[in-house]
Amino acid sequence: MDDNGVKLNICQQQPIPLDVEIECSAGELLALVGPSGSGKSTILRTIAGLHQPDTGFIHCGQEVWLDRARNIQLPTQSRHIGFVFQDYALFPHLTALQNVTIALGHVDSKTRKGRAFELLEQVNLKGLEDRLPDGLSGGQRQRVALARALAREPKILLLDEPFSAVDQVTRRKLQQELVILRRDIQIPILLVTHDLDEAAMLADRLYVLHKGQTLQNGKPGDVLRNPDNALVARLMGHDNIFSAVVEAHDITQGLTRIHWRGLSLELELNQTFEVGKSIDWVIHPAHIIMHRRDRPSLGERENPVHGVVKELLELGETAVVSLELEGDETTYLRFTVSRHSARRNGLAVGVDASVSLLAEGIHLMPQS
Amino acid sequence: MDTVALALSLKLAFWTCIILCPLAIFFGRLLAWQHFPGKALLEAVIALPLVLPPTVLGFYLLIGMGSNSSLGQFYHSITGNHLVFTFDGLLLASVIFNLPFAIQPMQRAFEAIPNNIREAAWCCGLSKLESLWRIELPLAWPGAVSALALTFAHTLGEFGVVLMVGGNIEGETKTIAISIYDRVQAFDNNTAGIMSAALLLFSLVTIGLVYRLTYRRRRYGR
Repeated sequence: MDDNGVKLNICQQQPIPLDVEIECSAGELLALVGPSGSGKSTILRTIAGLHQPDTGFIHCGQEVWLDRARNIQLPTQSRHIGFVFQDYALFPHLTALQNVTIALGHVDSKTRKGRAFELLEQVNLKGLEDRLPDGLSGGQRQRVALARALAREPKILLLDEPFSAVDQVTRRKLQQELVILRRDIQIPILLVTHDLDEAAMLADRLYVLHKGQTLQNGKPGDVLRNPDNALVARLMGHDNIFSAVVEAHDITQGLTRIHWRGLSLELELNQTFEVGKSIDWVIHPAHIIMHRRDRPSLGERENPVHGVVKELLELGETAVVSLELEGDETTYLRFTVSRHSARRNGLAVGVDASVSLLAEGIHLMPQS
Repeated sequence: MDTVALALSLKLAFWTCIILCPLAIFFGRLLAWQHFPGKALLEAVIALPLVLPPTVLGFYLLIGMGSNSSLGQFYHSITGNHLVFTFDGLLLASVIFNLPFAIQPMQRAFEAIPNNIREAAWCCGLSKLESLWRIELPLAWPGAVSALALTFAHTLGEFGVVLMVGGNIEGETKTIAISIYDRVQAFDNNTAGIMSAALLLFSLVTIGLVYRLTYRRRRYGR
């Protein structure tokens, strides 16, 4: 961790169990993801000093904000944090300008107003300074909340599901604005979100939390493609999680084979697991390639799987296919194809279909 | 029209409001946001004047503030005056019987402020006192106005407790409510009618203004 980063280790049993260790460098955006009750928001509140854990410490830059062992506990007001609450928590009786100005108590009173104008301009709210929160849209309120958080000249920016209360279009726009804003602020940013796409798009690193514990952390792509276990895979939205047995390692061909429901699947050599060991494996839908019925190709030799389409859901321009494996009514592969492609291939409930499971997309995990 | 009694009632109501204002803010905030052992008991004690017959409350206050009581003797040792049948005693009784009218509206007003608004204020660097002054009180304003108006109007109209604790001393403890009773006892219905009408009009205007102001301010609470 660099000199201006944040490092924390917090532990508690009540009101929700929590035992996490997190590091975030200056300029890094770290996303905390996980189901409701996993402790994401409690972590932000603890960093802000709004919640006291049983034990642990929080170091931000050179400062110690919390150290239960040494009985150090800085109040929220002394921590210089920028906090964007889920519903923004704007002061309803103050205008947008006053909402920002009130957080500039540390600035000389003569320059306070000018600075507040600058911050509102930075978040594209020029001209709306005199509006009360009631007179602003959801996106505009979020921008005021962000300007207010930045007004504090924070040492860390805490974003608690900041995009959850706005529509999809506004969300995309605000997310882009956050990416632009990040270039100018070299502080750690912690983002709590339920939205995995959002986390993958915005974050440098992900922390996957479950029941107050960190299951895995890493770059979004790594966590998504290489989950540590089936639970992480499920939390990352994977549908295709199965159990199998390691069949063989073929070093000369650079392949590992696994035995799965009567099939032998090939994947890139992975000697982490011994031959004969039971494992879980996962494949991302992007690595499931549907065969064209009218024109077979060479690619079909790669882990071919045959089955019957059990469900076909058209969602806009895509179609979600559930393929029941041949001879196994309890196992489904789920993947998406474009609606156009589904129609051209004559996909419909009850028809036979074949797919290839790309070797590079099969990821092995210890059996849970 | 007994102007002396009216002036005394207004004076009593004014000082009751002045004393209860900080108490209502303190206890209203405490009860709205803090959890502590005995909270339910404290709330029950504060609400007692709402359900107790005024004569019962007056009786206990009379005993509690009498010359033989610890409080009465303590007060006498400091000021040289007695509490019962004096304006000071009447004021103390007025503060006590108005506790629920002042504290409960303030408590409801503070409860209506979302917790994260206060937390946002702290995150903005505001101390707890600054947060109270700049964020909480402006948002709890309708509750404060309601509390003051209810206290004021209730003090003007209180009869039983005033009679028990203050008696009927001209210029000292004879409020307008006692004066109306006096006039009726003396078959002077005309004067009693004028004073009753004045009290009715005053109360109606006060409560009307409170509701109007509360309605206008309530939009901030959304």
